[in-house]
Amino acid sequence: MQSQSASPTNVIVAQGINKIFNPGADEEIFALKDINLEVKSGEFVSLIGPSGCGKSTLLRLIAELITPTSGDLKVNGKDPHAARIDQDYGMVFQAATLYDWRTVSKNVQLPLEIMGYSTQERKARAQEMLEMVELGRFGNHYPWQLSGGMQQRVSIARALAFSPSLLLMDEPFGALDEFTRERMNLELLRIWDTTKITVVFVTHSIAEAVFLSTRVVVMSPRPGRITREIAIDLPYPRNFETRELPRYFALLTEVRELLREAHEI
Amino acid sequence: MAEITSVVDAATEEATVPWIHRVGDRVRYYLPTMLIAVGVLVVWELVVRIFSIQQFLLPRPSAILENFLEEVRLFTTGQGSILFQATGATLWEAVGGFFIGCGAGVLVALGTARWTIISEAMMPFAIAANSVPIIAFAPIMNNWFGLTNPASKMAIVAIMVFFPTMINTVRGLTMIETRQLELMQSYAARPTKILRALRIPNALPYIFSAFRVASALSVIGAVVAEFFGGPRATLGVFITQEAAGFDFARAWTGIIMASIIGISFYMLVLVLERWLMPWHVSFRKKG
Ligand SMILES: Nc1ncnc2c1ncn2[C@@H]1O[C@H](COP(=O)(O)OP(=O)(O)OP(=O)(O)O)[C@@H](O)[C@H]1O
Ligand SMILES: [Mg+2]
Repeated sequence: MQSQSASPTNVIVAQGINKIFNPGADEEIFALKDINLEVKSGEFVSLIGPSGCGKSTLLRLIAELITPTSGDLKVNGKDPHAARIDQDYGMVFQAATLYDWRTVSKNVQLPLEIMGYSTQERKARAQEMLEMVELGRFGNHYPWQLSGGMQQRVSIARALAFSPSLLLMDEPFGALDEFTRERMNLELLRIWDTTKITVVFVTHSIAEAVFLSTRVVVMSPRPGRITREIAIDLPYPRNFETRELPRYFALLTEVRELLREAHEI
Repeated sequence: MAEITSVVDAATEEATVPWIHRVGDRVRYYLPTMLIAVGVLVVWELVVRIFSIQQFLLPRPSAILENFLEEVRLFTTGQGSILFQATGATLWEAVGGFFIGCGAGVLVALGTARWTIISEAMMPFAIAANSVPIIAFAPIMNNWFGLTNPASKMAIVAIMVFFPTMINTVRGLTMIETRQLELMQSYAARPTKILRALRIPNALPYIFSAFRVASALSVIGAVVAEFFGGPRATLGVFITQEAAGFDFARAWTGIIMASIIGISFYMLVLVLERWLMPWHVSFRKKG
């Protein structure tokens, strides 16, 4: 019933999702409770909340790396399993998760190999993606010859290589310094703008969430719930000036308040 | 971008260093090792001479060298050296056993890795078998294959190297970081692709560490198995017979040959490993 009501522009529709780890056991964990979330095509939605509130769990449910205990979840109007098999999304993990035995270029080519692109297409596409993340000269290096920030850029290039319509990112810049992080944020916004991709972005950083998103979803822990959502009405294009707008500071304060509120519930 | 320049610098720097300096670096690196080796030989020679130690207890290095050079002369002039013949025969047993045992170990691991239940059920047995002194089966193998048949020694070597190889390969194929596996799942990769693109490369360092152990083990296995009997021209028999005939300097030439093939075999595996896994942590250039 519910799947038919999902409009085609809805990339993600979650209704009444519960996730319990180790149900029935002593170490049972109520990770997510009654999650309702809609993400429309072209949106940039950030999930923010304290550690352990289930942000990664929600992302992994959408990616069908785990399955919900109950509730209804649709990705691109399909069952999440079908969406995964159809390779509808690209995922960026918190750690770059590159394969040590592959060169940078070969790492970016991995999804293309699996999806049966020709060798020529693969090489050209990998080079194109690496240039986009400003690593065009590093195709023949091995991952360990790159800094942490460069490795994370490679993993973004890899996630985008096969042009998925949905990008799932789990604290991709969590391990980076403030300066690199802000540069990566700009880069990500540029990619989002040019590719019209839908992004679900997990972060700990209020500033990052506000700067990047069209909408911020605030979560609270034990059990993980969505407590509030806030639309980010900052103008585009967003750049270093955006961070100086009074509205930007107002939104930062607002999200911070919502997080504190969420913690007290 | 500081990161770009640093990588480029490292590459150009290496290319511009004159080769003579690099050789010099190598020599400086190995010099202490070589000095220790020479020192030990000199002390050995002096101790034997000063305390007039009987040759059946410990022959002089110079006496061993004399015997060894005589064998080299016989070999190079085509008069036939039993030492070199024995070395060839023992090497053949060790290498043959190595290939059979390691090959079977890898194949069995690959075959069962897809059915985790089977490989997990087998692991306790493999680990138990690994702690059994396989060499104790040498007389049995001599019985099965015939005392003078190289197959009897190859069988011992093969069994000795099979278990560590299989255990390590299974570990390498199955002990994979969750995230690396989830990445494959996120692309909906087929099990065969996961095997080829993730499990096998992940297992290579484990497999090679087993091969390194196996290369040393195979020479030890072959020589010790020969102690239980075999053709005259094998190192184990050569050493026991020369020792029984009180020609200890000659017995020692056998021991030296066994060491040389053991070390060479080990080095060969190491070179192969570097060539096949240039990415591996232990080979990354430092500084
Ligand atoms: N595989 C699992 N088995 C058992 N419990 C789990 C598992 N994965 C997550 N959990 C639990 O679910 C809860 C939510 O975890 P999750 O990783 O989603 O949090 P998070 O919001 O991403 O936290 P962080 O910001 O620290 O990454 C935690 O209490 C965690 O212990
Ligand atoms: Mg997390």
